[in-house]
Amino acid sequence: MPLRRRSVIGLTTLALLAALWFLATSVTGMISPGRFPTPGDTWTAAVQASVRGYGDATLLIHVLQSLKLVALGFAVSILVGVPLGLLMGTSLTAEALLNPVFMLLRPIPPLAWIPLAILWFGLGDTAKIMVIFFAAFVPSVINTHAGVRQIDRPLIEAARMLGTPRWRFIGEVVVPGAAPMIFTGLRLSLQASWTTLVAAELVGALAGLGHLLNLAQQDLYPGMILVGMIAVAIFGALTTALLGAVERRTVTWVRTAGEPA
Amino acid sequence: MIGTLDPARRLMLGAIGLVGFLGLWALVAASGLVGKAFLPGPLDVAARLVALLHTSFAGGTLLVHLGSSLQRFTAGYALAALVGVPLGLLMGRFRLLDDIVSPIFDALRFIAPIAWVPFAALWFGTGFGGPVLIIFSGAFPPCLLNAYRGARQVDARYIEAAEMLGTPSHRLILEVLLPASVPSIVAGLRIGAGLGWQSLVGAELIVASTGVGYMMVQAQSGVSTATVMVGMVAIGLVGVLIDVALRTVEARIHRRLGRA
Repeated sequence: MPLRRRSVIGLTTLALLAALWFLATSVTGMISPGRFPTPGDTWTAAVQASVRGYGDATLLIHVLQSLKLVALGFAVSILVGVPLGLLMGTSLTAEALLNPVFMLLRPIPPLAWIPLAILWFGLGDTAKIMVIFFAAFVPSVINTHAGVRQIDRPLIEAARMLGTPRWRFIGEVVVPGAAPMIFTGLRLSLQASWTTLVAAELVGALAGLGHLLNLAQQDLYPGMILVGMIAVAIFGALTTALLGAVERRTVTWVRTAGEPA
Repeated sequence: MIGTLDPARRLMLGAIGLVGFLGLWALVAASGLVGKAFLPGPLDVAARLVALLHTSFAGGTLLVHLGSSLQRFTAGYALAALVGVPLGLLMGRFRLLDDIVSPIFDALRFIAPIAWVPFAALWFGTGFGGPVLIIFSGAFPPCLLNAYRGARQVDARYIEAAEMLGTPSHRLILEVLLPASVPSIVAGLRIGAGLGWQSLVGAELIVASTGVGYMMVQAQSGVSTATVMVGMVAIGLVGVLIDVALRTVEARIHRRLGRA
């Protein structure tokens, strides 16, 4: 019952907002179309971007470019971050050695790496992947590390006592035990990947959704700005949902009552 | 993997890690493998930092840029806290408001704060208002969510007791919900500060004509890598200081409430 009431009110609110948007921009002109687009302008911009293209490429090309970079940057950062977190979680020496370096670099916000990345690698894909790496690698290390530390001590002691070799110990005790936390880290990494990619593309890029947003801003084209923002939100949500599906299929032995997103 | 390292050994390993990191950096920089213009050593960056304290770059010294960044930050963050916390508490008290605001909030949450930059620039310009909107959009969600969760977690008996005694809604919010959710609110304010500061840097990289982010972009186009790195250090330091300040406040509040 409460869920139904909630979704009815929720849908009504969103429908009312859409109607208000139409009223304020198209009908009464209360909000000038130079500041916020009318629904019609947005549709025109969406059609223009999809069919004829905007900024030297169609919307599909921009989306694919951004998706490609997010996927690459995300992949590199978890391939480095998760093993590093496992190492720091299982070896006290590695932890003592690496933690201070980590503490030194952690306060630098991911977006602050953008100018350095552009200086080193220019406006191409490599710079974007570097920025995503610095943004996304931190949450995957921290959460993997914390996940390993959280494993039940008796499980670890039992495995130790039975003389489990190190690689089986990691593969059969550590990784499954830390898996829920590892996925939490991956989710945060994925969000960070999107944010930094969009920022990096806004600062300078030759294609991609951030590039589209940047051009739309320079052209004072509110319809196209909105199209870019909606595209960023949709594909961010889709990739997050995809990761959630992977988690449900992989981590089948944990049933959490927590929120899915 | 279980157990602990002896503290002296731990400290030594930590020092080795840090010295190793800085040494490797200095070595690569000195080796000439990478041009000095692109990878200055740690000492070059330190020297540049000292120099920037009294020489002007991109329209001001480092402190001037930091000052204008902090001004924007304070404005955007204060706005986020002043709107987010009361709205969160109200949503925790009134179901209808919760049902109305939540779907809007959920829909907007998928838009990264930085994606608001074009509209922020269009609506409020690139000087002060635009960046302030970006900080707001970064800091607002945790302020609102934590106040909301705090208010929802208040022991129902307190609320029922207050209701039974005929406490008017505004007093119930101010005298029951607010005090009971202070720890959650403060935690939200701390998370919001971190996210707001990060978003500000992003905003200044894209649209601004002062501030540390602007200084870094100018340094990037002038290929002054040392200045870019000074900017990174300064942003990191101020971020840590803001966090430490809020942690202190948080600890003090917890002590006052006897939940240390």
